[in-house]
Amino acid sequence: MRAFEDFKVGDTMEFAPLAITAADIKSFAARFDPQPMHLDETASQNTTVDGLTASGLHIVCMHMRLFADGILRDSTSMGSPGVEEIRYLAPVRPGDSLTLRVEIAGARSSKSRPEMGLVNFRSHMVNADNKPVLQMTATLMFGRRTSGGGKGGAG
Amino acid sequence: MTYFEDLRVGARTEVGSHTFTADEIRAFAREFDPQPFHLDEEAAAGSHFGALCASGWHTAAVCLRHVVLARQRRLAELRQRGEPVARTGPSPGLRDLKWPRPVYVGDTIAFAQEIVELRPVASRSDVGLRIARHTGANQRGELVYSVLSSTFIERRARNPGGAQA
Repeated sequence: MRAFEDFKVGDTMEFAPLAITAADIKSFAARFDPQPMHLDETASQNTTVDGLTASGLHIVCMHMRLFADGILRDSTSMGSPGVEEIRYLAPVRPGDSLTLRVEIAGARSSKSRPEMGLVNFRSHMVNADNKPVLQMTATLMFGRRTSGGGKGGAG
Repeated sequence: MTYFEDLRVGARTEVGSHTFTADEIRAFAREFDPQPFHLDEEAAAGSHFGALCASGWHTAAVCLRHVVLARQRRLAELRQRGEPVARTGPSPGLRDLKWPRPVYVGDTIAFAQEIVELRPVASRSDVGLRIARHTGANQRGELVYSVLSSTFIERRARNPGGAQA
């Protein structure tokens, strides 16, 4: 199991691509971002981007899925206090396939909660042409191995 | 009142509220954030959260839905009155996102949006950048979500048929 101590500043990781279809884009949009450019191939009414594009938050959620599968699934993850920045760099369209690249930008102990540490990640989602579509800087909390990992919690 | 020039810093809109159920918390987590404390009551009870809680991105997504629907209601009113409607988008991004408290099963979160900055865009004369803070607060008034969201908003044409000359 991956614990706080296993994250080394400067380490990089890459995770297998996740494809996105027109149906995926419309399904997410219908539930969470019902704007014409995310729902309808022909709609460009009241928007400045042509054609069907994915909701930015949909790309963020795909990023989360790749991050959870690649890094958090077998870890002492204790969730996240927040995200410093997300930049939407290019539109994502049906048929795109997105790869997650992650760099460990920082790691520090928590003064108030000695059972955990904070890891700062800098990540990108890139499409099949190797063009970045999303950039994120976020902090996550992980249980420390020396205190029994994430299950100890408030205990 | 939807063009960049019509917007005012400090303008606040209550966009709607939502009660999070266990089923939808688990369904969202299975799709996008499969961590034990979002998927399984027992695992969540043994975690530092103490009980099943929503993925932070689930809260963000429900907030976005309410922001979008509130805007669409406003645009529908404008169209009904025959007024022109400004084009918006895309968004260059989000920053300063915080989840100060978990959203637990049964929590009702009230979402709001407030304009915090209106910035001209040096490279483009046709749009301005609106920076708004989106927030969610639970039934006890405690903040559970906060983010700064940027969106390009169309400016009024400089000289639409001479009307503003």
